[in-house]
Amino acid sequence: MLIGKPSDIPSSAITPKEQHLNRRRFLRGAISGAVAAGAAAVGAERLAEVYSPRIGALAGTKLETVKSPLTTTGEELTPEEYITHYNNFYEFGVDKDQPAKNAGALPIRPWTIKVEGKVAKPLTFDIDTLLKLRPLEDRVYRHRCVEAWSMVIPWVGYSLSEFIKQCQPLASAKYVQFLSYYDKRVEKWASESTISWPYSEGLRMDEAMHPLALLTFGLYGEVLPNQDGAPVRIVVPWKYGFKSAKSIVAVRFLDKQPSTTWNDQAPNEYGFYSNVNPEVDHPRWSQKTERRVGLPFYSQRRTTLMFNGYGDQVASLYTGMNLKKNF
Amino acid sequence: MKRSTLILLKTLTWVACLWPIGQLAWGAVTNSLGADPTARIALSTGYTTLMLLTITLAITPVRRLSPGLGWLIKFRRLLGLFAFFYGSVHMVTYVALYAAFDVNAMMADIAKRRFITMGVAAWLLLVPLAATSTNWAIRKLGGKRWNRLHKLIYVAAVCGVIHYWWQVKSGVLAPAPFTVVIAALLLARPVQGWLQRRKVQAVAMDQAS
Repeated sequence: MLIGKPSDIPSSAITPKEQHLNRRRFLRGAISGAVAAGAAAVGAERLAEVYSPRIGALAGTKLETVKSPLTTTGEELTPEEYITHYNNFYEFGVDKDQPAKNAGALPIRPWTIKVEGKVAKPLTFDIDTLLKLRPLEDRVYRHRCVEAWSMVIPWVGYSLSEFIKQCQPLASAKYVQFLSYYDKRVEKWASESTISWPYSEGLRMDEAMHPLALLTFGLYGEVLPNQDGAPVRIVVPWKYGFKSAKSIVAVRFLDKQPSTTWNDQAPNEYGFYSNVNPEVDHPRWSQKTERRVGLPFYSQRRTTLMFNGYGDQVASLYTGMNLKKNF
Repeated sequence: MKRSTLILLKTLTWVACLWPIGQLAWGAVTNSLGADPTARIALSTGYTTLMLLTITLAITPVRRLSPGLGWLIKFRRLLGLFAFFYGSVHMVTYVALYAAFDVNAMMADIAKRRFITMGVAAWLLLVPLAATSTNWAIRKLGGKRWNRLHKLIYVAAVCGVIHYWWQVKSGVLAPAPFTVVIAALLLARPVQGWLQRRKVQAVAMDQAS
């Protein structure tokens, strides 16, 4: 596997300091660094301590991470402020600034993922078990929204394939479906749109097993803020952002293509595959270019890359497929 | 209405109408237009256009509610011209920041994307109204013909609302408030006309008996 051995370098050291390392975080980083140095051998146990079930908001908690060869280089990171305050998370409101205000209501502990369908036997994974399953990697990915804006995000997680192996899917499992948390008493904003909940997304099995598909627990070296899909989400960097389901509570292995939220809502606009593809326009706008978030209005525009620039790694998944038809 | 009151109200109207563009200009200078400045400019100018069209359309039915509200007519041209101004900035935003002045891209957009077609139609409908907004033009056209021409604002407002619905994602209900209010303002016209006719009839019957 491509995953290297744990590094002593905290993730904060590889991100531009001036962008996200204010004094408070620096102190917190120093403290957790000292703790980590003293307890390197029991890093996982330390995590378990940090994640007390009684703590409601864990955002800001440092994660111990290792470097990854699968990280994207040569891109300037989008400031954390924008990654955490410009969100599509319709369960907490349709406006992009609403999730940051409302997602505090998401009860992120206790949290489990139910594994169902074509598996040896149904299982339930606790979030704290999942956090310890594999070393957490820093993975910078480009993030391309179907709405034609994009970011560069330093995620924290490990390959989804590592988790899927633990689920022991049967040979008959051809697709994986991801279901997001839904409770209309908590997510009372969900009724602002006509979408039927819970949010559902899906991947073909070989897509889900691709090492770039990330089971994600954090960003910028810290626990995921609720509005970014806490406590666990997937990130599929070569697909439009909506394919990367947030706040996952169930994973189903299926022999048929699952129905997925946006595809159900408007099948002519959002295909099941939804690979980033500058040649296939959205009915309402071109996908040839995108607007990079966080830049001034006169320099936002840039060319969109096939498979969001991950073609070298993922194009082989679609050999022989008509990507205009299977958009 | 006292002249000083009118001047005060006009000044306030100017300030209110310039506020949204002022905010955008300030944001552009200080680079504080948020995560996606391009989208922010497009959304803000489009929203303000619809808002001003709605207020402009509200003048006539509100005036009819009471003779004391007749002075509102003095604000209609100003509001209508500001609606056209924001609609034009909205158009320029599309041309410059979305189509990057690429004429072919714009033609393709107008042909392929109905929300853009509808938006361009709405703006084009406002052009003759802005062009004939002077006293000179009213005199030249004659009140009747001028009035008939300016009924185009109804069509423009409807196009604007459809443009908004076709732009937002399926399932998003953000254009609903504008839809309801503009529909009510357009319906108010025949309803008020009918009520007026009934009143006149009633008076005539009274006099006859």
